[in-house]
Amino acid sequence: MAEKVQIKVVVNGVEHHSEVEPRLLLVHYLRETLGLTGTHVGCDTSQCGACTVHLDGQAVKSCTLFAVQADGSSITTIEGLGSVDSLHPVQEGFWEMHGLQCGFCTPGMIMAAADLLNRNPQPSEEEIRHALEGNLCRCTGYHNIVRAVQYAANKMAGKVGVAADD
Amino acid sequence: MAEKLFGKAMKRVEDPRFITGTGNYTDDMTLPGMVHAAMVRSPYAHARIKKIDVSKARSHPGVLAVITGQEMKDAGINSIPTGWLHPGIKTPPHYAITFDKARHVGDIVAAVIAETRQIAEDAAQLVEVDYEPLPAVSLGSDALKPGAPAVHDDIPDNICFTWSIGDKEAVDKAFASAYKTVKLNLRNNRLVPNAMEPRASLAQYHKASDEYTLWTTSQNPHIHRLLIAAFIMGIPEHKLRVIAPDVGGGFGSKIYQYPEEIIVLYAAKKLGRPVKWTARRSESFVTDSHGRDHETVAEMAVDQNGKITAVRVNTIANLGAYLTTFAPAVPTYLYGCLLAGTYTTPHIYCHVTAPFTHTTPVDAYRGAGRPEATYLLERLVDVMAHELGMDPVEFRRKNLIPPDAFPYQTPVALQYDSGNYEANLDKALELVGYKQLRQQQEEWRKQGRYMGIGVVTYIEACGLAPSALVGSLGAQAGQWESALVRVMPTGKVEVFTGTHSHGQGHETAFAQVVADELQIPVEDVVLVHGDTGRMPYGWGSYGSRSAPTGLSAIVLATRKIIDKSKKIAAHLLEAAPEDIVHEDGKFMVKGVPDKAKTFFEIALQAHLAHNYPADLEPGLEATHFYDPKNFVYPFGTHIAVVEVDPETGKVRLLRYLSVDDCGPVINPLIAEGQVHGGIAQGLGQALLEEAVYDKEGQILSGNFLEYTLPRADDMVQIEHDHTVTPCPHNPLGVKGIGEAGTIASTAAIANAVMDALRPFGIVHLDMPYTPEKIWRAIQHSRPAQAAD
Repeated sequence: MAEKVQIKVVVNGVEHHSEVEPRLLLVHYLRETLGLTGTHVGCDTSQCGACTVHLDGQAVKSCTLFAVQADGSSITTIEGLGSVDSLHPVQEGFWEMHGLQCGFCTPGMIMAAADLLNRNPQPSEEEIRHALEGNLCRCTGYHNIVRAVQYAANKMAGKVGVAADD
Repeated sequence: MAEKLFGKAMKRVEDPRFITGTGNYTDDMTLPGMVHAAMVRSPYAHARIKKIDVSKARSHPGVLAVITGQEMKDAGINSIPTGWLHPGIKTPPHYAITFDKARHVGDIVAAVIAETRQIAEDAAQLVEVDYEPLPAVSLGSDALKPGAPAVHDDIPDNICFTWSIGDKEAVDKAFASAYKTVKLNLRNNRLVPNAMEPRASLAQYHKASDEYTLWTTSQNPHIHRLLIAAFIMGIPEHKLRVIAPDVGGGFGSKIYQYPEEIIVLYAAKKLGRPVKWTARRSESFVTDSHGRDHETVAEMAVDQNGKITAVRVNTIANLGAYLTTFAPAVPTYLYGCLLAGTYTTPHIYCHVTAPFTHTTPVDAYRGAGRPEATYLLERLVDVMAHELGMDPVEFRRKNLIPPDAFPYQTPVALQYDSGNYEANLDKALELVGYKQLRQQQEEWRKQGRYMGIGVVTYIEACGLAPSALVGSLGAQAGQWESALVRVMPTGKVEVFTGTHSHGQGHETAFAQVVADELQIPVEDVVLVHGDTGRMPYGWGSYGSRSAPTGLSAIVLATRKIIDKSKKIAAHLLEAAPEDIVHEDGKFMVKGVPDKAKTFFEIALQAHLAHNYPADLEPGLEATHFYDPKNFVYPFGTHIAVVEVDPETGKVRLLRYLSVDDCGPVINPLIAEGQVHGGIAQGLGQALLEEAVYDKEGQILSGNFLEYTLPRADDMVQIEHDHTVTPCPHNPLGVKGIGEAGTIASTAAIANAVMDALRPFGIVHLDMPYTPEKIWRAIQHSRPAQAAD
């Protein structure tokens, strides 16, 4: 077994110092070391996007990074985006528009959508579909996911001061 | 009076946990002392296992056990049985870990248990298996050829079963005297279900009480408990608890009894520690049961009036290497019996030959047999309409079963309960603007643009029932459903159902109905499902049975609660029970609104029993076991509009409209969501998805790089509406909606693509319609295409 490496990351605002194997993927670090199981693993080829988190404010697939590569970074997972008492507009949009069924792709989908709206606050339907093509959903046919993102975009436009998540 | 919730697009109560990342899927769970399993899988489709050397793996630091098939067989672990039998069916053994031969890529030859998943996977690579590779066969028709390699030594012809339905003689006669006939050779492409949550299982054994708990990604935990207890492991049924917590999609693939569930249970007892296994997606591709995979010759005959007189079908249905739980039912009763579709066809004959091959087992995948039937029937209808020079819609209209013909007895066993097909078709045509679309298609063709319009009128049979009938057809299980409604002293209500929700929103929709029935706030109702330790019994969710069967049981149990509540109210109000009415959320003396008791007051008194009828049991709960009288028969019309780019062969979906009829809709948000997802999966089959095997039985599309799932930019916003034709034989009149989208959309898109290609003289292509396939077909046809 390879020698462990010391890393420091801030996850959802909390600083963690951990010793990790160099081969440990960021997604497994989040799920298994930190117990943040909201970030899911849906494939082993970086296609499905279920593991999408924000790394220093940008959406990344956490299965494409080793935990050691996140050393010194700030990470937001679905658990840090918003809570039941204070939902992020994208979370609210998914609930309002029935943007989820089994819920498994949902955290990654929400993180990818939130990232899109950070970059492009008023995306067209085509831009939404394009931005989410790295996230697979087998339940919804994407119909209500598109509507959920549109809901969130409208909500964020109408409410000045909705905090960005990172 | 509280607002009626039946029919309301209520937001789902299950969503807060999913949108905040606090769901509880099997792989999210960690138990004290938990260890991990990794499987050693055959890289060969067919190989004799000459020797297995586990010594290196066993001595790897952190490894606790390496389990072989021989060890489990010696420990008395039996083969995994199938749940459906036909006369003369061959049921070769299916051991969780094979010990003589590997019969498909991914067949388990050993399991490694270690302190961490990483160690288990490292050590799995240290297991040395001495394979003797053998010739393999992957295509059903190849497996039937003389001299083909046998999948199971004692079944040299590879035939698991043959099956037929219908009057062959009458059909042959109808063909002999037909005005016109058409014939299609169809390949229904093999699909990988690909629920987004990979399968996972976690087992725990309590030595002191000799009890097991299995958490697993399942659509039907009681079926696992029964199979494991009674057939496979001999665990007393009351010592095994199976829990299906949050499950990330199923689509059929999580119905079956899989080997890994047996392995983790065995290992948990052996080691005295909880054992977890979670599939990697590449394992899912070769071990989750696949869907479809038919090779079919389909024929249709008509008379001079354009009435369909007969349909004749001969299908080879590839079963893969082993029989899984419901595999024998899928290409037979769920397929051949659906070949009347929505039409008055008087004579139908279907013959099915089901061979084993050296491929991943094939079983039910969303729609299960019904999409295969709909696809071939609706392709035949379009091709025949073209032969007759008729618009495909008018040809359909001429042959639809009229509304006054219900209940309608088909020539293939089923009796349709209710339907109004033509009204549904007309609504869809009007909404989509069919005439204008045909005009636009003409104009586009003049400009060298190729639009195609595909229309499908579909029927679905769901909620298999009654149990006695299903049993007579070969099911080794009942198909009734149970419900327990438990009222607490504070008037809050727990509803236990034997169905399972893995995305379908039962926690919301079923609570809406219970709240209506009891006239209480929906917040006071909680649905409990997915745990053999909590519900009375149940057969789970598949075949769109949850609403027609599971919810019917709930409603009837709830009505028992109301009857008992009336008796308690009558006692408290000093009235006769027959004078008590249940209105405005209260139990009151008819015509005397002042004399009333709330549901809470009754629930409390039922538990205190201080002032209580002498002849009545205390407590307020009711159980109901509901066995439906018949299947339910949803139907509808789907219309796809596509454009094919002749230069690239790319198919672009322009519009998709569905008008579905599943009876009264409980929650439109959820019902429409089911349709959207089903349509996307059907589009996947038509345009993108195929499990491709080479002749040696290697899967060539075994991950998301090579197997294309529909993505957001493959879809359009779906136009949806519905008609309402209630089911006449269940308490709410509801039918199923879970599979309708998949059943109709593959055929609708296929018909649309073929319609677009008509100017090129192309009559039929097999799915999926990849750009390359379309481009080649167009290139091939170019010389004949002078007119365009």
